[in-house]
Amino acid sequence: MTTVAELPAGFADKVLSAQTTFRSVMDAMARPGSVQRVTAESGAPAALMRGTAAIALTLFDHDTPVWLDPLMSETPDVGKWLKFHTSAPVIADSSVCSFALIGDPRALPALDRFAFGTSEYPDRSTTVILQVESLAQGSAFELSGPGIDGTAVLRATLQPADLFERLAINATLFPRGIDVVLVADDAVVAIPRTTRLAAKGD
Amino acid sequence: MNAPVYNFAYLDEQTKRMIRRAILKAIAIPGYQVPFASREMPMPYGWGTGGVQVTAAILGPSDVLKVIDQGSDDTTNAISIRKFFARTAGVATTTATADATVIQTRHRIPEAPLHGGQVLVYQVPIPEPLRFLEPRETETRRMHALAEYGLMHVKLYEDIARFGHIATSYAYPVKVNARYVMDPSPTPKFDNPKMDNCPALQLFGAGREKRIYAIPPYTSVVSLDFEDHPFTRYRFDAPCALCGADDSYLDEIVTDDQGSRMFVCSDTDYCENRQAQGHRGSESAAPHKERSHG
Repeated sequence: MTTVAELPAGFADKVLSAQTTFRSVMDAMARPGSVQRVTAESGAPAALMRGTAAIALTLFDHDTPVWLDPLMSETPDVGKWLKFHTSAPVIADSSVCSFALIGDPRALPALDRFAFGTSEYPDRSTTVILQVESLAQGSAFELSGPGIDGTAVLRATLQPADLFERLAINATLFPRGIDVVLVADDAVVAIPRTTRLAAKGD
Repeated sequence: MNAPVYNFAYLDEQTKRMIRRAILKAIAIPGYQVPFASREMPMPYGWGTGGVQVTAAILGPSDVLKVIDQGSDDTTNAISIRKFFARTAGVATTTATADATVIQTRHRIPEAPLHGGQVLVYQVPIPEPLRFLEPRETETRRMHALAEYGLMHVKLYEDIARFGHIATSYAYPVKVNARYVMDPSPTPKFDNPKMDNCPALQLFGAGREKRIYAIPPYTSVVSLDFEDHPFTRYRFDAPCALCGADDSYLDEIVTDDQGSRMFVCSDTDYCENRQAQGHRGSESAAPHKERSHG
């Protein structure tokens, strides 16, 4: 049985670590495709990358049901750590979660398994936090949309390979939709529902 | 010592988390009003409680804060909010637009162009552009859901029918990212074009009405109009009496009870910068009065 003493620590400085992490995520969301860094130090269970752990400590609380993918929920570590540090309820039904943590992106469920929000309240939708291999090198994704001056090029090695094709449903659903935050170690890139894939290359 | 001890930037962390989540959704859905659990602040509604909560949720120790009220850095509202954050967050403050990283504003957008490292936080009294046309929240929410904005065009048309031109001069409705009609807060319509394709992030906080909305950088913001009555800016047809600027938004200052008045830049920082560069206006408060006294 895990005791509290054995859990990895949260933020050393809760207030300022949460503030810097939020500003990184806000800048990422406001400038889709741009790579932002999470600088705050915290402990994290093995399945969570540094960036994912910091985002969880910054944004999760008792108001945000969280869904964990099979890799994250394989061991009780992540669930226990989240519960202790954030009080966020971990739920089994992905269709009502505020956040979804995806540790094994190849097993990313179909996006319609998550909450799109309603036409009246499109903000009541899931933010999917997807851990990927690299946000520095890999395929080039040319993105356009609000927050981007013309187009922005994101270089990333990510799964699922058809992520942006799947996210094309955001165009038809808008203003409903799914917002995605990609995390690779301490690097964070946001793909809000308004971002479109303009071109894809190697 | 019995002085009250506050968290950094006054708000507690749970409140900040809730506001931060609302801000992220607001950025993801440009122009859509995200409901949030607005808190009571140590200032009355109407003094910028929404803007203050948004600023408190984003502010960090390395930020430089500027607060303006109708363009002015030195009115009661601007000074008290600036002091509030200097005291509760210990942040550096400035009046220089270019030096600020966070600018909280009541009803103006600075004349100096904003840059990408800045966040502009608006204080919003009534976030719903359709509210005076349709009082029911359930109905306005459905109108936004269906992008049913005909009523707003009827309102602008009635302006034309009555006055011969679109007489709405502030809180002039805009369409954001070709989807949501949004109230730009009671900024003069002179400022509307500055919102379009702006490099800075724009956040809007309405404390009493409990709504947060946003315009991401480089997003299209179009003022509603008609082909035969296109949107036009408006400014008093005069140069600034202090700095001579003929491109800035002007305030009309009444200088006595004889009808004398002068026009000066509403943006005090812009005006002071121009004066420091040697630009001078007529500096005459009442030219016609001098004439009448021979």
